[in-house]
Amino acid sequence: MNLLELKDISKIYGNVKALQDINLEVSQGEWLSIMGPSGSGKSTMMNIIGCMDKPSNGSVILDGADISKESARGLTDIRRDKIGLIFQQFHLISYLTALENVMVAQYYHSMPDEKEALEALDRVGLGERAKHLPSQLSGGEQQRVCIARALINYPMLILADEPTGNLDEANESIVLDIFKQMHADGRTIIVVTHDPEVALQAQRTVVLEHGKVARIINNEQDTGR
Amino acid sequence: MKRQTMYLRMITSSLVRRRSRLLVALLAVAIGATILSGLVTIYYDVPRQLGQEFRSYGANLILVPAGDEPSIDRDTAQRAVDLIPKDEVVGIAPYRYETLKINEQPTVVAGTDLEGVQKASPYWFITGEWPTSSKSVLIGQEVADLIRLTPGSSLTLNGTGAEGQAVSANFTVSGIVQTGGTEEAFVFMALADLEAMMGDSGKLNVVECSISADQDDLDKIVKNISNNVEEVSPRLVKRVTESEGTVLTKLQALVYLVTVVVLLLTMICVATTMMAVVAERRKEIGLKKALGASNKSIVIEFLGEGLFFGALGGLLGSGLGFLFAQVVSMNVFTRAISFQPLLIPVTVVVSIAITGLACLLPVRSATDVDPAIVLRGE
Ligand SMILES: Nc1ncnc2c1ncn2[C@@H]1O[C@H](COP(=O)(O)OP(=O)(O)OP(=O)(O)O)[C@@H](O)[C@H]1O
Ligand SMILES: [Mg+2]
Repeated sequence: MNLLELKDISKIYGNVKALQDINLEVSQGEWLSIMGPSGSGKSTMMNIIGCMDKPSNGSVILDGADISKESARGLTDIRRDKIGLIFQQFHLISYLTALENVMVAQYYHSMPDEKEALEALDRVGLGERAKHLPSQLSGGEQQRVCIARALINYPMLILADEPTGNLDEANESIVLDIFKQMHADGRTIIVVTHDPEVALQAQRTVVLEHGKVARIINNEQDTGR
Repeated sequence: MKRQTMYLRMITSSLVRRRSRLLVALLAVAIGATILSGLVTIYYDVPRQLGQEFRSYGANLILVPAGDEPSIDRDTAQRAVDLIPKDEVVGIAPYRYETLKINEQPTVVAGTDLEGVQKASPYWFITGEWPTSSKSVLIGQEVADLIRLTPGSSLTLNGTGAEGQAVSANFTVSGIVQTGGTEEAFVFMALADLEAMMGDSGKLNVVECSISADQDDLDKIVKNISNNVEEVSPRLVKRVTESEGTVLTKLQALVYLVTVVVLLLTMICVATTMMAVVAERRKEIGLKKALGASNKSIVIEFLGEGLFFGALGGLLGSGLGFLFAQVVSMNVFTRAISFQPLLIPVTVVVSIAITGLACLLPVRSATDVDPAIVLRGE
């Protein structure tokens, strides 16, 4: 069953065609990579899938519902309930501790639950650092807090825009291990990356060029997995 | 954990850990609240202060005989005086005037309650001392110059008594009085001394009253006395009561104006600070929205931070304001000010309202932030 379908999606900023006629289906539990040169429209696509922006044309079907006609408020609700976001720059709230940063997501979703948030930090190996402020954490640790936050409300779709872009190799492999775990748990994951190694972990890789899908690579076939 | 708890944790963390620009807003609110509560304290205390101040300029109500009567009976005068609320009376000075001669020089001699005079006319300047025993007198500066008397000299008064008999008595000068007015041509002594010399008692020519009350109260007292004691005609000393009223009105208008201006400035400062805060925290707002925060949540959080500072500033300001008013009062009136407990909640509420109002526009602009900025990496 498809969790996500993009049908003839275009996004136009003034005279910049950031996306043109994108068609894509992502099935439940799939791990998908998106690659492409800078400016090819990867983040634009993530914004549309993540309900943070609307396409200029075409429709987005998420979990059986067309979200391209939703109001800003409706999009907020869908984003809160169904999407988990991970960013290249981590985007933690600087004045809140790691634990509180995770609890913020719970707060906007439903009820803050300290115990559950602590367990989520434990799962990314940061149980001991719960009371630290982001400025007291390394980049890799911050990214893991960001992942714990993205996972806390059990989203059906996890979107990650260059999650390892700012990390060294050691931290990259820690983060990838967490992604593998998420995938094993049956989460649907879409990862934007410049790193072929990272892209290869996914089942399929979509390559964007000039706002269009240039090709789709089936990694399992190619690697013989 | 309750949502409210998390909410409080979020906004207090933001305030405590960011030590942000909002401190500037806090300062603005605290200063605004200080001026507000200080000026309002002064505003309410000034009539009292000024009243007392003006009371040192002498009587503001005098009682004279009604119609063509030459004098008021002492008991009648007392009935009129009793109609003045006790707690408003600063001093009452009854006077009986007689013309007697010193060294063949006709002089007005006033018999009075010397203690009452000291209270009703604190501005009298005495060289020497107020009379403390009978047979001693105060003489006006003019009298002293004319007859060359100094404190300690003795003088002889003679004239015609109540029954037409010739009277004469010796007195000691205890002090010389300067007032800048007609009093300087008089001789003052205890009423009992004058009555003993004249051979009759119970007659007064005028009663001077110094009353701590505003124009309206004074008018009421006048009406009350004229209605109830017909033999007495009460008159306000316009020169004193009117200038007191004018000064008050002008001062209160000034205080009002300054308060409004200060509150406006506070509001502008808070508004610009909040604008800067929102601009500074665009990313955080975008992130919160990306995490699913509704516009309502964003507004509530920013307002929460703003109002928290408003309340804190108000509290701080109401305390500082009292100190400020105290200092002003000590310097201007050399009197302590009375503390108005009600002013604390009023200042806090006004501060909250002002900050709330000032936050409206900046907070609205916070809701316009696009969550997509977090992925664009601006
Ligand atoms: N808000 C916007 N207004 C105008 N143009 C935009 C806007 N957002 C994106 N674009 C343009 O759309 C195109 C695609 O941008 P996008 O951010 O999706 O690229 P990307 O593939 O994520 O690039 P990178 O790898 O550098 O992150 C770019 O040409 C960009 O300038
Ligand atoms: Mg991008």
